[in-house]
Amino acid sequence: MSLFLIVALPFLGALLPGLMNSAGRQACAGLTFTVSLAAFIGLLTNLPAVLAGDVVTARVDWIPSLGMNFTLMLDGLGFFFAFLILGIGLLIIAYARSYLARDDNMGEFFTYLLLFQGAMVGIVLSDNILLLLVFWELTSLSSFLLIGYWKHLPEGRQGARMALTVTGMGGLSMIGGMLILGQIAGSYDLSVILQNRDLIQADPLYVPALLLILLGCFTKSAQFPFHFWLPHAMAAPTPVSAYLHSATMVKAGIFLMARMWPVLSGTPEWFVIVTTAGLLTMVIGAVIALFKHDLKALLAFSTVSHLGLITMLLGTGTTFGAMAAVFHILNHATFKAALFMSAGIVDHEAHTRDIRRLGGLRHLMPITFVIATIAALSMAGIPFLNGFLSKEMMLEEATHTTLFGAWWLVPALATFGSLFSAAYCFRLIGHTFLGPVRDDYPTKPHDPGAGMWLPPAILVVLVVVIGVAPFLVQDFVFLVAKSVIGGVGELEVKYIKIWHGLVPALFMSIAAVVGGLLLMTVFNPALRMWDAAPRPEAKTIFEALIAAVVALAERVIHGLHNGAFSRYGAIMAVTVIGAGYYAWATGSVAAATREMQPITPMAAAGWLMLVAATLGMVFLHRNRLLSLILIGITGLMVSVGFVFFSAPDLAMTQITVEVVTIILLLLALNFLPNRTPLESTVMRRTRDAAIAVAGGLAAMGMAWHFLVREAVTSPISQFHLANSYKGGGGTNVVNVILVDFRGFDTYGEIIVLGIAALLIYALTETLLSGPVRARLLNRTPDQPRAGDMHPTMMVVLTRVMMPVVLMVGFYIFLRGHNEPGGGFIAGLVVSIAVVMQYMASGFGWTSARLRYPYHGIIGAGVLIAGLTGIGSWFVSKPFLTSDFTYVRIPPFQEFELATAALFDLGVFLAVVGAVMLSLESFSRLARRAHVKDPEHPMDIDPSRDDPQPVAVKEGV
Amino acid sequence: MELLVASAIGVLTGGGIYLMLRLRTFPVILGISLLTYAVNVFLFASGRLSIGGPPILRDGVEFYADPLPQALVLTAIVISFGMTAVVVMIALGAYLGADDDSVDDPAEPSTGEVK
Repeated sequence: MSLFLIVALPFLGALLPGLMNSAGRQACAGLTFTVSLAAFIGLLTNLPAVLAGDVVTARVDWIPSLGMNFTLMLDGLGFFFAFLILGIGLLIIAYARSYLARDDNMGEFFTYLLLFQGAMVGIVLSDNILLLLVFWELTSLSSFLLIGYWKHLPEGRQGARMALTVTGMGGLSMIGGMLILGQIAGSYDLSVILQNRDLIQADPLYVPALLLILLGCFTKSAQFPFHFWLPHAMAAPTPVSAYLHSATMVKAGIFLMARMWPVLSGTPEWFVIVTTAGLLTMVIGAVIALFKHDLKALLAFSTVSHLGLITMLLGTGTTFGAMAAVFHILNHATFKAALFMSAGIVDHEAHTRDIRRLGGLRHLMPITFVIATIAALSMAGIPFLNGFLSKEMMLEEATHTTLFGAWWLVPALATFGSLFSAAYCFRLIGHTFLGPVRDDYPTKPHDPGAGMWLPPAILVVLVVVIGVAPFLVQDFVFLVAKSVIGGVGELEVKYIKIWHGLVPALFMSIAAVVGGLLLMTVFNPALRMWDAAPRPEAKTIFEALIAAVVALAERVIHGLHNGAFSRYGAIMAVTVIGAGYYAWATGSVAAATREMQPITPMAAAGWLMLVAATLGMVFLHRNRLLSLILIGITGLMVSVGFVFFSAPDLAMTQITVEVVTIILLLLALNFLPNRTPLESTVMRRTRDAAIAVAGGLAAMGMAWHFLVREAVTSPISQFHLANSYKGGGGTNVVNVILVDFRGFDTYGEIIVLGIAALLIYALTETLLSGPVRARLLNRTPDQPRAGDMHPTMMVVLTRVMMPVVLMVGFYIFLRGHNEPGGGFIAGLVVSIAVVMQYMASGFGWTSARLRYPYHGIIGAGVLIAGLTGIGSWFVSKPFLTSDFTYVRIPPFQEFELATAALFDLGVFLAVVGAVMLSLESFSRLARRAHVKDPEHPMDIDPSRDDPQPVAVKEGV
Repeated sequence: MELLVASAIGVLTGGGIYLMLRLRTFPVILGISLLTYAVNVFLFASGRLSIGGPPILRDGVEFYADPLPQALVLTAIVISFGMTAVVVMIALGAYLGADDDSVDDPAEPSTGEVK
């Protein structure tokens, strides 16, 4: 089966269980099992190739420019881990079916589990380290969901958050490490990186990369001092613990160390860091595990300890160590998954996991007893069980390892750790299963159904088979070990043997087991000593650390982001000015190359008006109506400036936009207070003025700077000028750029404009359907109303003007391609004509005559523009390629027909719709309850016999 | 002439910043409008200033103003109308809902609780 399918199957399958909840628990579990089984069988189909020593690959380019490709590879190591992940996954799924209670949401559980499984398989099959990172982060996220599965338990939520924080942090640092590694090797493909051992180890950035990657591995694999999250993750349902902490999640860090072993190992840095961390973790985990009373906590710390053991073996950097590590990964996965599942059975049946409340279970749960005992003895390192074999190898390796110049250090610590390891295994068996039957269990335990004991039983069979007949897995272990080692060295051992003769490792092993038994005899005094001894509580430290970080973040955020908009504005302005000043002060300035153009009196007059209006606004802004008039002058002068500086299109756009903006602001001012109160202190106004002056000077300086210099490179405008007529068929270059050269931009812009209008409409709807509506309806205007709301003169005038304006709009639209004009301007002109009808004849009268809703007009505009663009696909051209031709209908002049005009029609409609929808929305707010919308265009009509409207008297 | 345009941009920016830092919605909206003018003129001026050379192709004319900044600014002007309208609507909604047109949240002591 294709590697893609193996990785994709769990992800695709993850969609189903969540949806199938209503189909029942059996269906959910069955489906999940089938999906996993399919992936597992798919993996097995690749077994012959892997056994033959081939590397199966699959490749799809994803983002080649970043070096990120979807490349997968399956070698011995990848196969080994994928086998564990999918194989143990199958057992876990079967076990979880029986374990989960009736009110647990099973679909959700299996969805998370499959997501996690897919991410894990993705990690072990990735050939691209960036892809690997993606899957790595996915495991952090999906394990967060799994650990926090029991959302109602605070421990579950806290444990999940802690796991995510620690592993997520490690993931971040690993991204850094991987990027450095990729930079050194010149490729992000593992197959390339693994070939470049010498290059990478000689690079000065090797140590930073190593540290960052190891940080990721250590956090994931719970190595000291990041071991503390793992026991807290035990708040998860037991199937999750069994899965995450035996074969998968915590092994991801180990996997990565094994994967990177050929390039990263063998240096003194690697040896010291990895071996020390592993050794410390092994000893500390084993000691703590002995004194834990919760079965799962005991197993959690034993997992930490065993992960330390594997890490230490990888750290030694010898081929034997690598082989022993591989073998122990296999053995640990089998006995630890079985033990977790047994602990889950005890919890499930006795309703407690507290060792102090258990004991004597061998009579009540004989099957569980046998399973747990064999698995625990294997973990303790008793001969003829698989744990013994790999533990011997570890001790053997320890005797050859010298750390910090002391030959005795590693063997002594290894023996010490093994001793505690044996002791907690004996405690697990002795205090849970042996001893007299008690009568105070929370519920009377008995063996569960086969659904729960069969999965661990299968694993225990493996424990015994490997333990008795190691030659069965020997070739496979060597194959995996060889793919770990790569081309770095040769594997020297030829066989995995139970009996090695009277070697030091044997005596260390005996010392550990005997010492463990002796330790158990003095367990109670030892426990009292342990309880009395002060020791740091990792959770408290972690929480204090998090609280400190949160407090710091709060201080920073509350300083910057305290809900005062004026403060954000000031911070932003000062930052921008500061950044600009820094660039100015550190950059170099070229000499001026452009002659200044002489100032004409007319230009000076325009400038004077603009400056006077703007300054007037600043000083008189408390009178809002006045400032509105002044901003009108400013806008007018800007338009005039555009005409003056050869931009007729801009001038036309600016002046029409100015009209609708002023109308809009007038509508708003109808509701808002008409004066701004004086609130800020003199101090504050001085500060704001200083910022404003600095900002103004900066903008002026920058504008001045480039106005007197030529562009550094020749602008692309020359292309537009040269091709506007030839390629676009129009002489108005600005319009041709809008509808042709940069048509796609324009298309986006009309969509944005449409969205803005719809947003305004939606906000109006919200306001009118909420409590604001009543206030609006009962509002008494703070200004006297005009007596004649719809003056006859104005109504008549606007009616007469309407067809004229429409004609002008049509003319501007048509000539746009060759003369100043086009869809934008025509749209604004037509909008103004329609707005004038609203103003003169009233909202009710105009709305009644509206044929098409404005939403529809926006939509039609965007559709027409889009379809014009799509049209070019039919002649196999890219989106929005334009074409044109000249036609002549006899009585008229020859004129041009361009697809760009159709596009411009879309622009026109979108602009009309958007402007009108915005203004109409504002007007709707203004309708009041006690003033009826007149049905007639004029308030006073001599031909009617209306009673005088109330509004007439109200005002004057 | 360059000096006039540059100083006009400066005045518009300064006035815009000052009004943007006021405490009520209406002057802030006017301030943003002034900044919009400043930015549009600034972008337009990046094509350098030319008088009497509109980018409308004519036979025999060799000199044209830079059309590209003009095209970019044209859409910017229209979009800025949409933006102003949305901001005005938000300001209006806030005022009608709370009967207060302050832009700053009322100062309240930080609770320090992030749970």
